[in-house]
Amino acid sequence: MTASTSTALDPAHEIPAIRRRGWSVGLATGLYGISFGALATASGLSLWQAVVLSAVLFSGGSQFALVGVIGGGGGAVGAVLASVLLGIRNTLYGVVLARTLPRGGLRGLLRAHLTIDESTATALSGTTDEARRAGFWAAGVGVWIFWNLFTLIGALAGQHIADPGAWGLDGAAAAAFLALLWPRLASRDLVALAVAAGFVATITTPMLPAGLPVLAAAAVAVVVGLVGASRAHPARAAEGEPGAPDERPATAEAQR
Amino acid sequence: MTATVLWIAVIVASLASVALKWLGYQVPPQLLERPVIARVTGLLPIALLGALLATQTLTSGQAIVLDARVLGVAVAALLLWRRAPFLLVVIAGAAVTALLRLAGMP
Repeated sequence: MTASTSTALDPAHEIPAIRRRGWSVGLATGLYGISFGALATASGLSLWQAVVLSAVLFSGGSQFALVGVIGGGGGAVGAVLASVLLGIRNTLYGVVLARTLPRGGLRGLLRAHLTIDESTATALSGTTDEARRAGFWAAGVGVWIFWNLFTLIGALAGQHIADPGAWGLDGAAAAAFLALLWPRLASRDLVALAVAAGFVATITTPMLPAGLPVLAAAAVAVVVGLVGASRAHPARAAEGEPGAPDERPATAEAQR
Repeated sequence: MTATVLWIAVIVASLASVALKWLGYQVPPQLLERPVIARVTGLLPIALLGALLATQTLTSGQAIVLDARVLGVAVAALLLWRRAPFLLVVIAGAAVTALLRLAGMP
């Protein structure tokens, strides 16, 4: 269960290790950019619109949602809304990372811009603040560079190489998430939490708009944290709840 | 949809994304130091990673799907248990998934 603790406990070893992990994640994720670029141009966006989305919007799920709605014949408002719904979880990541990555200034804005699934996950796999920062920057910058590079290639190349599934890249992304989660599963309770969150995210996927299942699963952690901390002050505890706009299904599942 | 409308959608969605990311960092640090909040933010990463793992493995669009990815993740878990390095785990996840698809599995 604690397979990576031996490396994680050695600070001299951890920083280069987490950097390597970050760049690996960056390359693996960046390759998806091919399918985004191809899908975007196939959906009627111009090459430059695809490039702007990858450089500025820079959040894979939101980009695919926007392009998917437009490609499916939906309106601009629906496309933006779907994209925003998917982006809400990045707000939550910022809340979680705020202590490790102080806000403020241009670097603060850059940190915010690079706050996505992969940089957050890599950062959180670190055991010290220094390692978390190193992991965040390696994965964030790595994904940004490769994501934009491959978006351009995909947009130019069209749909011929648009199927990352044939290369098992979706399996690679899943394996990466598991590898990032693994060292954190230090107790049975934490394994149970991860399983419960995964369960909630999976079963709510068919009923909730894209992007919300992950937030519903985050609500599981909020509920577990609140219940474990204090049953006496639920109202006080709920004040600071950052991003759980749709916690009802998750709450119901967590209590089952 | 005209090119102008499309550009507006692209720009509005891009700015909204940047704003959403920035917003999370603006939560006051004192708030995060309260015990209940600290406990919740400690648990959140595990829930988020569990959720991302599950949706990346078991869903496609809005459908729950069992396909080659499940076995890719199973092999990844085996390798992690055997203390394999991160990159090997990720490559194995891709290779197993791709080979199973090549063999005709969805």
